[in-house]
Amino acid sequence: MARATSRNARIGWTVAAWFVALLIFFPILYTIITSLKTEQEAIAGFDLIPSFTLESFQTVQSQNNYFRPFTNSVILAVGSTLLALIVAIPAAWAMAFSPTKRTKDILMWMLSTKMMPAVAVLVPIYLIFLWTGLMDTRIGLTILLMLINLPIVVWMLYTYFREIPGEILEAARMDGATLRDEILYVLTPMAIPGIASTLLLNIILAWNEAFWTIQLTTTNAAPLSAFIASFSSPQGLFWAKLSAASVMAIAPILVLGWFSQKQLVRGLTFGAVK
Amino acid sequence: MATRQTQGLARLMRAPAIILLFVWMIVPLCMTLYYSFLNYNLLNPGMTSWAGWFNYQYFYTDPAFFEAIWNTLVLVLGVLLITVAGGIGIAMLIDKPIWGQGVVRILVISPFFVMPPVAALIWKNMIMHPSYGVFADVARFFGASPVDWFAQYPLTSIILIVAWQWLPFATLILLTSLQSLDTEQMEAAEMDGAPAHARFLYLVLPHMARAITVVILIQTIFLLGVYAEILVTTNGGPGFASTNLTFLIYRAARLNFDIGGAAAGGIIAVVLANIIAIFLMRAVGKNLD
Repeated sequence: MARATSRNARIGWTVAAWFVALLIFFPILYTIITSLKTEQEAIAGFDLIPSFTLESFQTVQSQNNYFRPFTNSVILAVGSTLLALIVAIPAAWAMAFSPTKRTKDILMWMLSTKMMPAVAVLVPIYLIFLWTGLMDTRIGLTILLMLINLPIVVWMLYTYFREIPGEILEAARMDGATLRDEILYVLTPMAIPGIASTLLLNIILAWNEAFWTIQLTTTNAAPLSAFIASFSSPQGLFWAKLSAASVMAIAPILVLGWFSQKQLVRGLTFGAVK
Repeated sequence: MATRQTQGLARLMRAPAIILLFVWMIVPLCMTLYYSFLNYNLLNPGMTSWAGWFNYQYFYTDPAFFEAIWNTLVLVLGVLLITVAGGIGIAMLIDKPIWGQGVVRILVISPFFVMPPVAALIWKNMIMHPSYGVFADVARFFGASPVDWFAQYPLTSIILIVAWQWLPFATLILLTSLQSLDTEQMEAAEMDGAPAHARFLYLVLPHMARAITVVILIQTIFLLGVYAEILVTTNGGPGFASTNLTFLIYRAARLNFDIGGAAAGGIIAVVLANIIAIFLMRAVGKNLD
């Protein structure tokens, strides 16, 4: 930077930024603190120092069998993302490397399917799940989440694949590479970072999905989003327990999210802001 | 490069994704359209009959419908106002030369990764609860009486929660845009004596205009579908005070088992979403070439 910022100004901006950041983060921080309190402490008024007990975590696990929804969340998020990748990688690949006149229209149409409000198809999807016995099954919900995120997956992969220079393929061909060599040694290494980013963002989106998971599950296939929503009617002393369940539900994805800030911008704006 | 053989292969590679999405889009939508013209209640499945426009008429004349449309608008506009204005401010603050920028970014972005039911329950119980919430603690500290947020200001409370969830998204997108601003241009303006507000108005804002548009349009799509936050906090009440269109349709389908009515509401929601989608497609499409 050409001009030096004065030290005082820098201190001022730092204090202001940290204040705002902590204010925004506060509800999450306070939940983490409360999860480490006893139920009596939790409702005893504002206190930032917990007694660091893990009893709420134990109670949530033993009373509510937390591992069932947790496993469901993992299976649904990872499963639906992998399924989507299997379908989307070839499609995005073809659109990026042998585009036709209609490629752009196809991409825009795919994006437009994402604009359909979920509630508009609530009735048919609900009835189809009832008729086919898919209600409250992991397989039904996995397929549904795959379909919901498929447009974003195709789009993200397409924007990554498009950045792989075509000349590199020609160079490889001039050197006598076969199609198999091309895919294995030239394209795959260059495509893997994009595929990994797409995977990460879509696991996050699928994990946090909270409309269909609540509509289409009861107990058997209910992931954490539906499990937590069932806590909405308070019974007795439950602040610390609720906090413990919340912390367990958001911790894995919060950490994943911190690593995916860049991909988030790219994926959710469909490449419009980089 | 594109021989006939590779073109055939490319078509084969594209087909599964396109067919899947086409079926996913067209089949449920056609079913919704069909059901919207039926008298079909799951409590009385044997009494199904042709309804004509009755379901639409019923939805249109229901006072709850206009309340829900109004609430949807207030919710979307309220959240947009808070997140865009707040996002610009926070993005500019983080973009300053501060210590610990990486950590500040992480703290600010975090609410976006909290799933909606958890976000709503945290706010409902930890922050806004009339006896045990932090807001109540603060009110008592200043000698005021605590506010029962969800009973007295149900829609405002939900706007606050949803804005908290989306503020990180707006901030992150606007920050990304801000960081691509030409610093030399800013310095030149500063040397020429342009005051801070003029630099903001004539340099920063026009540069961010595109990102702001994208934030508004993408958020609108998601905000029209706000559901879990309402379900776990107010359940749409008191009365219909915090019921949006999504929640109204959910009530018709799942609580009243009124398949025909819910389908008609769904078609209305599609029409509304499409009007907004047209604008979004234009903004995003320009960037494709």
